[in-house]
Amino acid sequence: MRLNVNGTMHEVDVEPDMPLLWVLRDELGLTGTKYGCGIAQCGACTVWLGGEAMRSCQIPASDAEGAEITTIEGLGTPAALHAVQAAWVEGQVAQCGYCQSGQIMQAASLLTQIPNPSDAEIDEAMAGNLCRCGTYPRIRAAVYRAAQLMREG
Amino acid sequence: MSRIGKIARRSFLIGSAAIAGGVAFGLYAVRKTPENPLLAGLAPGELSFNPWVKITADRITLITPHADLGQGAMSMQALLIAEELDVDPAQVATEFGPPAAAYWNTALGAESAPFLPGDTGLAARATRGAMNAAFKLVGMQGTGGSSAVPDSFVKLRQAGAMARETLKRVAAQRHGVDVALLRSENGAVILPDGTAVPYTALAADAAQSDPVQEVPLRPDSDWRLIGKPMRRLDILPKSTGTQVYGIDLKVEGMVHAAVRLNPRRGVLLSHDATAAKAMRGVAQVLPIRDGVAVIADNTWRAMQAAQAVVCDWGPAPYPAEMADHWAAVEAGFDPAHLDKEWRADGDMDAGLSAADVVSAEYRAPYLAHQPLEPLNAIVRYLEAETEVWTAHQLPRMLQDLVAGVTGQGSGQITLHNQFAGGSFGHRLEFDHVLRAAEIARQMPGTPVKLTYSREEDFAQDFTRPPGMARGRGTVANGQVQAVEIVTSGPSPSRSQLGRAGYSVPGPDNQLPAGIWNAPYAPAAFRVRAHAVEGLAPVSSWRSVGASLGGFFLESFLDELIHAAGADPMAERLRLCNDPVARGVLEAVAELSGWQGPSPAPGQGRGVALVQSFGVNVAEVVDVRMTDAGLRIDRVFCVADVGRVVDPVNIENQIQGAVIWGLGHAMNCEITYADGMAEQTNYDSHSGMRLDQCPEIVVRVLENAPEVRGIGEPPVPPAAPALANAIFAATGQRLREMPFGKFVDFA
Repeated sequence: MRLNVNGTMHEVDVEPDMPLLWVLRDELGLTGTKYGCGIAQCGACTVWLGGEAMRSCQIPASDAEGAEITTIEGLGTPAALHAVQAAWVEGQVAQCGYCQSGQIMQAASLLTQIPNPSDAEIDEAMAGNLCRCGTYPRIRAAVYRAAQLMREG
Repeated sequence: MSRIGKIARRSFLIGSAAIAGGVAFGLYAVRKTPENPLLAGLAPGELSFNPWVKITADRITLITPHADLGQGAMSMQALLIAEELDVDPAQVATEFGPPAAAYWNTALGAESAPFLPGDTGLAARATRGAMNAAFKLVGMQGTGGSSAVPDSFVKLRQAGAMARETLKRVAAQRHGVDVALLRSENGAVILPDGTAVPYTALAADAAQSDPVQEVPLRPDSDWRLIGKPMRRLDILPKSTGTQVYGIDLKVEGMVHAAVRLNPRRGVLLSHDATAAKAMRGVAQVLPIRDGVAVIADNTWRAMQAAQAVVCDWGPAPYPAEMADHWAAVEAGFDPAHLDKEWRADGDMDAGLSAADVVSAEYRAPYLAHQPLEPLNAIVRYLEAETEVWTAHQLPRMLQDLVAGVTGQGSGQITLHNQFAGGSFGHRLEFDHVLRAAEIARQMPGTPVKLTYSREEDFAQDFTRPPGMARGRGTVANGQVQAVEIVTSGPSPSRSQLGRAGYSVPGPDNQLPAGIWNAPYAPAAFRVRAHAVEGLAPVSSWRSVGASLGGFFLESFLDELIHAAGADPMAERLRLCNDPVARGVLEAVAELSGWQGPSPAPGQGRGVALVQSFGVNVAEVVDVRMTDAGLRIDRVFCVADVGRVVDPVNIENQIQGAVIWGLGHAMNCEITYADGMAEQTNYDSHSGMRLDQCPEIVVRVLENAPEVRGIGEPPVPPAAPALANAIFAATGQRLREMPFGKFVDFA
């Protein structure tokens, strides 16, 4: 099976029903994408498939074949932050940080679709991403800040 | 460790009665300074002044032994050392360091003494001193009880100052100048001519010299770092997916393991692993205590195969059905179950016979910890040494317990502590690490990485204890007169420490927490805690006993104030006898613009004040009735921690703790059916989500005489403030959590 992850083609030998999450983490070593619940209740495993935020724990590897997969590692790096990541750093959002890859992937997808989201649109997009530490006030502020950074280019 | 230390660690942990024998025979050991664990690993020319600072020719390393559970403990510890060492925390290395007696917690012992924080009498001081001595004697290294800041605040600055002055003395000798003419800045000693001599260049000489002792700490006015916003050292990795948690670690040659454990926590009667063994990637299925472990080449394959093992489980060693758990807690009100009468002020019996008695009964459920990173550990067993990679709050107790599984000495167990994806008390527990050790012991030389599925993690969670409280009280002349609270429930400390093989002599001061230490002085005040045995195993859950006690007292007090026809804020202020707590209440009244509990039709405001871990926290919650249900609009929170280390981080911690308290009060509980927890994932134990999150306005005061930690104290006031707000908005008094069983939240 061939998977296009962050612009690189990878040949993997896995069962068709292995969730993309575990292919990324255990087969490709991309551990920025997190396992939290396995049933699409927490959003820690959020990646982009063709630019759309999806729960990688629910995507069988065979369904990801042929799609452009983007993980947190492909969004930006410590040396070259994506605007959403820059806003997350500036706002000191993370506590334990374990959910933040998924939060950031979800927020970046939201801002791609709606560059200037309202509170209600942020609620709708982000409500599926659980943060047990409770960084929600900072997440909301960072989404607004990221929107501003992206507008300013 | 010494035999005396080992015996002491087994019994002198908490509780007032624990200490009596410990101090006398331990006097010599208590005075002695524990040895610096960094000395053992030093190469020639490398230098360690004390257990927190290591300097080599190419780098400065700060050791930050408090576990980082997400609360920024590593950054905080580095900041305190750097304040006196004159380094930029971002420019030096940081490490959690090895488990060591030198890292004994200097704050947790005193906190465990059963005296009110404001009590500075002889008995209180003597017991706190004895508790601290016992913690030092046994080398009790631990992160918990909101103690990381109070434990670190003085000693880490002293460590930095001592290292700085030693380096300056070496530079003075080398360059032939008076040490008084030297400055230090950004990791270097500055000579009078402006030349900067890096600390790293002084390390080899300093290693030959005795460290300078007794360096006075800089006055507050000279602080460069404390009290100013700090960029967390982990913020970049945690914003880019590059932070490595235990669950992300790879060790050469490692295999993946998943477990299937008795969800009733009884025995495994029999099992059939035929199907599991035939699955792709499965190497073997191993028996472990009360379950089986699957070894595979991938986490998912191991988890899938564990599910395919057919198991016949034995019954639970506690009641199978939830109704019987509650019946046992109710039966605990029998006087025979009295653990301790914690407070008996004024003439309570006269008070309760003098007027119409107001009474009410409250319930708080079992609750799961469930941090987002599932439990995991890597263990490699070798005859000479066992290595453990995991995030843990009690490193030395972990060494002892792993050694018990592998049949080795504690000194043969090496722990590589890791960043944790949350804890909330979960990583005070040992069972998952001991399971990994059990598996690794059967596969010598092979690193075994055990990862719990979310479902296994829920099933095996040692939850918050459930509890009930009965309040009785009287009011007269528009004032609260007498307050009595009697609680009943399992002891978290006895259950938790009992599993680890420790005894807890004396009463559990977590049972009345948030009640007996309340900063109120009604004419009569009685607090009794009753303990029940034989229920499901329980543990410390963020803010521990106060998460129940604060709800009980602040809800009942609100009922009494309502019965008296008084204002919830004004009457609390009248009852409050602690100047720091009073300042907190006054500040929250001002911050929230308090003008009464019912600002408009369909809206309600509730207030609660709870003291826990020595910190007074007051919260005002605003709710509004909408077509979709009750909406929590805003929370105002004021806390007094004595001294703020980082104003940004403390705001984040307080907001998170408020959300933790509110979310669990809204929609979380663990219930048992057929001996198993009915909630198996976040779909049935959801917590708060972003769309329900209110605006949370925070103010932190610095009036308290001592510096305190903030991880837990904002949790307890959240639930009662919410319940009191709901009463103000709807007239409905909620006496049982979760509130979502009785009202809808928008």
